[in-house]
Amino acid sequence: MDSTYLLQQIVNGIGLGSIYALVAIGFSITYSILRLINFAHGDILMIGSYCALFIFLSGKVPLVVGLLLAMGFAALIGMLVERIAYRPLRTASEESMLITSIALSILIENLGILTVSAQPRKFVFPEVFAKNHELAGVTFNNMTILTVGVAVLLMILLTFFVKNTRLGTAMRACSENIGVARLMGIDINIVVAIAFAIGSALAAVAGIMLGGQYGRIDPLMGFIPGLKAFVAAVIGGIGSIPGAVLGGYLLGLFEILLVGFLPIEYTGYRDAFVFILLILVLLLRPNGILGSAEGRKV
Amino acid sequence: MMNLQKKKLYTLLALVALFVILFICNMLLSPYHMRIINLVGINIALVVSLNLTNGFCGVFSLGHAGFMAVGAYVAAILSLPLVKKAIILPELPKWLGSVELSFLPSLIIGGLVAAICALIIGYPVLRLRGHYLAVATLGFLVVIQVVITQLQDFTRGARGINGLTQYTNTWWVWIFTCITIYVVWRIINSAYGRGMMAIREDDLAAEAMGVNLTKYRLLAFCVGAFFAGIGGALWAHLITVVTPLSFSYDRTFSLVVMSVIGGMSSITGGVVGASLMTLVPELLRNLEVGITVGGISIPPLYGISQIVLSVVLIIVIIVRPKGIVGSREFSWNLFKKKKWNTMNQMEN
Repeated sequence: MDSTYLLQQIVNGIGLGSIYALVAIGFSITYSILRLINFAHGDILMIGSYCALFIFLSGKVPLVVGLLLAMGFAALIGMLVERIAYRPLRTASEESMLITSIALSILIENLGILTVSAQPRKFVFPEVFAKNHELAGVTFNNMTILTVGVAVLLMILLTFFVKNTRLGTAMRACSENIGVARLMGIDINIVVAIAFAIGSALAAVAGIMLGGQYGRIDPLMGFIPGLKAFVAAVIGGIGSIPGAVLGGYLLGLFEILLVGFLPIEYTGYRDAFVFILLILVLLLRPNGILGSAEGRKV
Repeated sequence: MMNLQKKKLYTLLALVALFVILFICNMLLSPYHMRIINLVGINIALVVSLNLTNGFCGVFSLGHAGFMAVGAYVAAILSLPLVKKAIILPELPKWLGSVELSFLPSLIIGGLVAAICALIIGYPVLRLRGHYLAVATLGFLVVIQVVITQLQDFTRGARGINGLTQYTNTWWVWIFTCITIYVVWRIINSAYGRGMMAIREDDLAAEAMGVNLTKYRLLAFCVGAFFAGIGGALWAHLITVVTPLSFSYDRTFSLVVMSVIGGMSSITGGVVGASLMTLVPELLRNLEVGITVGGISIPPLYGISQIVLSVVLIIVIIVRPKGIVGSREFSWNLFKKKKWNTMNQMEN
């Protein structure tokens, strides 16, 4: 096999993996605190990309400001969703929360169809990002560099936040044991709201990058990336941020390499392979690669 | 307590009444309305079988639409008239291409194949608990969708199989519905059912009491899948078209909504939820094409029925987490009890 080809696929895989990693972090944070699989997370991604599209179309703000605005808006939506739908369910069963998140996902998707129509839209990014570079026979454009760069930067910032700030410490305490954290005087509601805000902002970035790479967005675009990011979070070990990042990159590479090396007639089965991988991981290593075993109280 | 004989008589009378009403409906109502009544019947059967897995056994599955798809495609391929089959699916292997079964065997084989799929999927997956299981079954749904879209020779891919004979009518649907309810009722009132409910309440305790977790979970899962397969097949032969999109994530979701809104661990809940949530969206559908109410014309609101559905679901989960009916069941004693209470009060 041609080594340049392999390298090219790896570069593509890292680009896709960055997006999965960003979304998976959001899944992981909310799961570790609330034991909630937030299916609406993928739809926050969609909101982020639409928000960015409208900001960029208005054309008055620089790219970075637009990015930050979209992140802020998505964070607000994320907190709103938590406040309205998840907070009343704090004590409910896992299944109730799961069903609610599915309902929210359908709700957001259809509100999207109602407001911005189901027609896919062209996602415009400044020309610069389409420019191709070539290095040792591998081509990549500025978009890939931006995606990987922003993803890595955000992950470093997040790690710093979680490890070195008061709020980050509180967040870790909550994921350890939410009941005890509350007894220690931590305001659970604030921690959960911040967790949703961070996850949603990261998802918005992922949405913008996804839009930039595919060039078009639609109200249902978040569903499949959302599901796959969840798979990534499970592979890495759900509840662990490094695990989510690792899982995201592994899944991105797995998917791209699968498509790159399988005979053409099997590439349509790509999504099926991802989920078969999920089922295998769940069976062989239910806590993921970096996850810690969850004790079971009897 | 009412004696058993009397209850059986009442149930029989109620059944006769149901079919007399259906007979009258069939003569008076338009095909459009009959189609809705048939959909109600199919949905009742689907939700009641879903309740067996999700509600009674606590195996929270999101794969019901996947089993529907399996049943629908298998039955469609088997029952398709030979002439059409040669045109629509010329690439079928010989043994399948030269077979044309009548409706009943197609249905049953469709259900059986779905149940076999459930057995294969369920054996590894049912070891998972809670939402991991939910996601694994959702994964199964995605896999089924992809396979159906890719297996062009058997399924015509995304184009779907059209031109099925419209075998399904009111009688097929409602007899199937009654059989489903009866079977599920028999199961939950047997030792198996009590085992399943014990697993739902606390799997560890159930295992300690000698309940074989894998066996009981698999049983609930496969029976659910069997009825889902037949339900899917009936649905396909009512609409006369099957495409991969007919059995997508949305369908699983709407079945789960019906189940949760009615009451997951109750047959009555399944019936109530399925009837309500089939009829209400049908009414809301008018909004999607735009209507005029009292001189004010409302523009078409695409997706409004899904929006209403999901909002209702969220509210129900927050306000009434056990659903409308909860885990209670309908029983003829309900009528008796009331009388007894009033008599008691009179005496006082």
